[in-house]
Amino acid sequence: MDYEKYLKSLEGKIPKSILDELRENLEKYKPNKQETEKIIEKLLKVYKKSSYEPGEAVGIIAAQSISEPATQMTMRTYHFAGGAGIQVTLGLPKLIEVVDARRAPSTPAMKIYLEEEYNNREGAKKIANRIRETKLSDVVVEETTDLVNFVVELKLNRKKLEDLEIDDEELLKMLRKASRKYDVEIEGDILKVKPKKTGTIRDLQKVKLRALEAHLKGIRNVSQAVARETDEGWIIETLGSNLSKVLKMEGVDSTRTISNDIREVEETLGIEAARNAIVDECMYTLKDQGLDVDIRHIMLVADTMTADGEIKAIGRYGIAGEKGSVLARANFEVTVNHLTDAAIKGEVDPLESIVENVIINQVVPVGTGMCDLQFKPVKIGKK
Amino acid sequence: MPAKIDAIEFRVLSPEQIKKMAVVEITKPELYDRDGYPIEGGVMDPHLGVIDPGMRCRTCGGTVGTCQGHFGYMELARPVIHVRYVKVIYKLLRATCQECGKALGSEEELKRKDEPLYDLYIAKRKKCPHCGATQQKIMLEKPHNFLIDGRPLTPLEIRMWLEKIPDETLKKLDIKGGRPEHLILTLIPIPPVTMRPSITLESGERSEDDLTHKIVDMVRINQRLRDNIDIGAPDFIIEDLWELLQYHVSTYFDNSLSGVPQARHRSGRALRTLTQRLKGKQGRFRGNLSGKRVNFSSRTVISPDPYLGINEVGVPIEVAKELTVPVRVNERNLTYLKSVVKKGSDVLGGANYIIRPDGRKKKITEENKDEIAEEIGPGYIVERHLQDGDIVLFNRQPSLHRMSIMAHRVRVMPYRTFRLNLSVCKPYNADFDGDEMNLHVPQTEEAQTEAEMLMLVQNHIRSPRFGGPIIGCIQDHISGLYLLTKGERIIPKEKAIQLLGSIGIDVDLDGDITGKELFSMLLPKDLNLKFKPSSYRKEEDMVVIKKGKLISGVIDEKAIGGESGLLIEAIEKDYGSDEARVFLERVAMLGIKFLTMYGFTIGLDDEDISKEARRRIDKIIEKAEKRCFELIEEYENGEMEQLPGQTLSETLETHIQMVLQQALNEAAKIVEEDLPENCAVVMAKSGARGSMINLTQLGGVIGQQTLQGKRIHRGYTGRTLSHFKKGELSPKAHGFVSSSFKGGMTPYEFFFNAMNGREGLMDKSLRTRYSGYMERRLVNALQDLKIEYDGTVRDNRKVIIQFTPGEDQVDPAKSNWGKINVKRIVESVIGG
Repeated sequence: MDYEKYLKSLEGKIPKSILDELRENLEKYKPNKQETEKIIEKLLKVYKKSSYEPGEAVGIIAAQSISEPATQMTMRTYHFAGGAGIQVTLGLPKLIEVVDARRAPSTPAMKIYLEEEYNNREGAKKIANRIRETKLSDVVVEETTDLVNFVVELKLNRKKLEDLEIDDEELLKMLRKASRKYDVEIEGDILKVKPKKTGTIRDLQKVKLRALEAHLKGIRNVSQAVARETDEGWIIETLGSNLSKVLKMEGVDSTRTISNDIREVEETLGIEAARNAIVDECMYTLKDQGLDVDIRHIMLVADTMTADGEIKAIGRYGIAGEKGSVLARANFEVTVNHLTDAAIKGEVDPLESIVENVIINQVVPVGTGMCDLQFKPVKIGKK
Repeated sequence: MPAKIDAIEFRVLSPEQIKKMAVVEITKPELYDRDGYPIEGGVMDPHLGVIDPGMRCRTCGGTVGTCQGHFGYMELARPVIHVRYVKVIYKLLRATCQECGKALGSEEELKRKDEPLYDLYIAKRKKCPHCGATQQKIMLEKPHNFLIDGRPLTPLEIRMWLEKIPDETLKKLDIKGGRPEHLILTLIPIPPVTMRPSITLESGERSEDDLTHKIVDMVRINQRLRDNIDIGAPDFIIEDLWELLQYHVSTYFDNSLSGVPQARHRSGRALRTLTQRLKGKQGRFRGNLSGKRVNFSSRTVISPDPYLGINEVGVPIEVAKELTVPVRVNERNLTYLKSVVKKGSDVLGGANYIIRPDGRKKKITEENKDEIAEEIGPGYIVERHLQDGDIVLFNRQPSLHRMSIMAHRVRVMPYRTFRLNLSVCKPYNADFDGDEMNLHVPQTEEAQTEAEMLMLVQNHIRSPRFGGPIIGCIQDHISGLYLLTKGERIIPKEKAIQLLGSIGIDVDLDGDITGKELFSMLLPKDLNLKFKPSSYRKEEDMVVIKKGKLISGVIDEKAIGGESGLLIEAIEKDYGSDEARVFLERVAMLGIKFLTMYGFTIGLDDEDISKEARRRIDKIIEKAEKRCFELIEEYENGEMEQLPGQTLSETLETHIQMVLQQALNEAAKIVEEDLPENCAVVMAKSGARGSMINLTQLGGVIGQQTLQGKRIHRGYTGRTLSHFKKGELSPKAHGFVSSSFKGGMTPYEFFFNAMNGREGLMDKSLRTRYSGYMERRLVNALQDLKIEYDGTVRDNRKVIIQFTPGEDQVDPAKSNWGKINVKRIVESVIGG
């Protein structure tokens, strides 16, 4: 039987995701014409019954649905993403971080997907090595401070340098580029760092630290990169995030690669990507704690945070501080400032939403309080 | 329809307005004369309203109940700055010309709307583009002194400057709430005494409100300043007094200014002045306006009562006689209400007050009850006692979600606790270790019907959070049903009839029946369902319900528990919430009744494992410890391969933790295999209470104790406790407890366990704080979002947040775990 005709008639009436499920089930159970019509009739009825009704205070329900299980979350969870050693903040602190839209998350991390040709152990490892930031300190095995000659001697790990494909020439070049405060030279396995100006021991120490921090290879701010095989093929997980650089790299699948730093996602991929990043981060955090929250609630939070085209935090400096109503703002935080500002600006509170009306003891305009039309009964027998 | 406030406008009061709304000028800092009467022109002037019962207001003639109080005013001898507007004044002074008062920008610059005006002028303009006057540098010396070129600028001068600013300039600077010179105060409104009532102490002494104290200070210094000006005192005295007046006026507005010493009460406590009154959790806004105290409410300890329905609440007689429901008298209920009034207020089922058609309230007493019963007729309202069947709202704090307040039907009962069905403990998150709950009685017909239609418990079986049931069976209900439906248990005829009778099903049986058949009698006749129970191990365990008959499988937490109950979910969806409620009540009762009949208890020996099992567990632990020592050796010899992204010692930790975890899992498996199906195991397996992990810890091994997700490392230098050698890395030195709770721990094991426990406590108290604040912020940000009539989600600016709510319009509160179960719809049509 051809069900497409029926399915076509439902387009626009029922969301695609449900239609797809219907198609799947129709093909599986193969009902006849009569049954199909009955199914469709019933589905439409159920869909209508399951739909949101006007006046529903979706915002409050979403807020409650997220924070009620948050009371059960653990506080200080660091989690090994994939066992391979990348520790990211999770649990309640992570959730707060996301809704706060912090500019610098405590553990920025990326999940890098790979293109076909690199989607194997060697390819992934190669890219991981290219991504991981190598500082001089990573290739040094021993450090000695020679006070007589006022020189720091660093013993190099030759094997590591070879793995990283850095020769002496290059190493010196990079170190010189990193800072002009010292001279460097190599004698065998020993790298000598000599400050240009002589000074105290503390200066020497400073120079040493500066040299050790010198960036040699990889992408800045990415301290770890671990390749791992998953259901979705080989991926690289990193600690530290630098999306704009990684996306430009060869072999990286820029369509799927993502960072957990929402602000960074916004800057590199745009506001819609940021919205999805908020949803994904929240869902992942909640799922990780074994808490079941409907995705719609989180989508609403994400949509509210991104509705104006830029990320706004939940809280005093974001959405709550930008409300139209003076009383609503005063009710939240920094009460008096909002009132005095409102007075000098001559603001008018239109009393259009919830707290304002609670404050002045009026019916709130949500749910059953939303109706504008009222019937005035006339006494029977009176005209 | 009552009048509605349409909008509230915020403005700055001008001196004229202050004078207009005032009824009296306050000139004397004294409060009362020698006889204790308030002085005219004093801070407690009788024109300002009444606070003592029996007195009448000198302005309006009203009494305590009818007079709201009236403002007075005080004329300042010298103007002072309003502290809360110092910043605005500073901006204005910097942004305008000191000669002509116009904004320091050329016509062209002023036309550009996109630029924030203040920022434009903060760029130091040396010359006014309008009159060409040179501008001197203005500085603000906190908290409220202005300097021009290093010379102090008096409020008088500032006021004159601000007066010069033309209205158009102000508009551009976003000042539309009044003239800026009004921010320099010349008159101060004196609030009515009703907002600063004095209290008479037991000793007959009067204790004045903080605000009164502050006003007295202001008036006194103001008078002194005026006197000194009048007698032509030297400038420095006048300036000092002026500064003092500024201080008092400033602290009157805000007593927590930085850089200003707080005004204190005689006892040394800081005064609570205007800003403090509004601010914070206990302040006017959060404490009195958005959260108010209410009447017709009650609070007491809760206790369980399995004989109540889930939508009922047991109310003590004492409470029922205090809380009332207003009933309008009409021809039809007149005789009934007369009988109610005749009972008086002391007998349950009586009434406490009547309200006459003119709105006057009359208390019903033993003496006047018959008289009042005769008096009432249509138009009267009788406030009768709470009775069985009334709708009330029941609440437990913290109210974390909407299921924290639900409507119940009243059942008046003896004793002094609120009683509730055990199944509703979950949404309220209640237990009976001393929890208290609140009860509210809706007072209008609208409120009652709304509560009944929207808030009744059965309408909240499905949680909007995840679209599944939140109300379900708990603990003994689950154990009972698990035992009843497990295998083919035969229930003798008499017992079966007794069980069914106790849940309200009156039938005659042909003979003995199985537990599954007995349970099936509660199921709707055409229900089909198939799912995996939580004790699912193999295919035969699958729960199959066909045409309302439980064919196979066992009923446990997965079927009827809260948050997972698939059976409850299916019944709620297909047969409605009322049917689900009845099912839930019966099923829970059946569980309890069967369990009572069966006999159910746990004891110490329920956690005993056999010698053989003990031996095997010891062996596993031993092996794991050995493996750990091997790892440590590898580590110490430098043979260990570093895991990516970890240091060597971290790598060792990871390995050790994995080995020990593995051992614990194996031990758990042995315990599970070894323990016979006794009561403790039944509870764990059915999901009623506890878990196999708990039992393993009791009878087998406790396992690794952790701090911040790691093995325990803190303590003395190099070691956790003095029981160990420095630098020891072994499992037991870092919190691996190989004893069981029953077997008993060694002292150091006990200490590690306590460390773990303490961390949990700290974690919990921190968590509630953080998540509470997050909830407040989330609610505040999202509270205005609602579905409009056009189906979009909008905020209070009417900006569309979502075109289709949740992307598919499906309300999770009406969905099947967030989805529409298409499969079930198709199956239901094909199957029937």
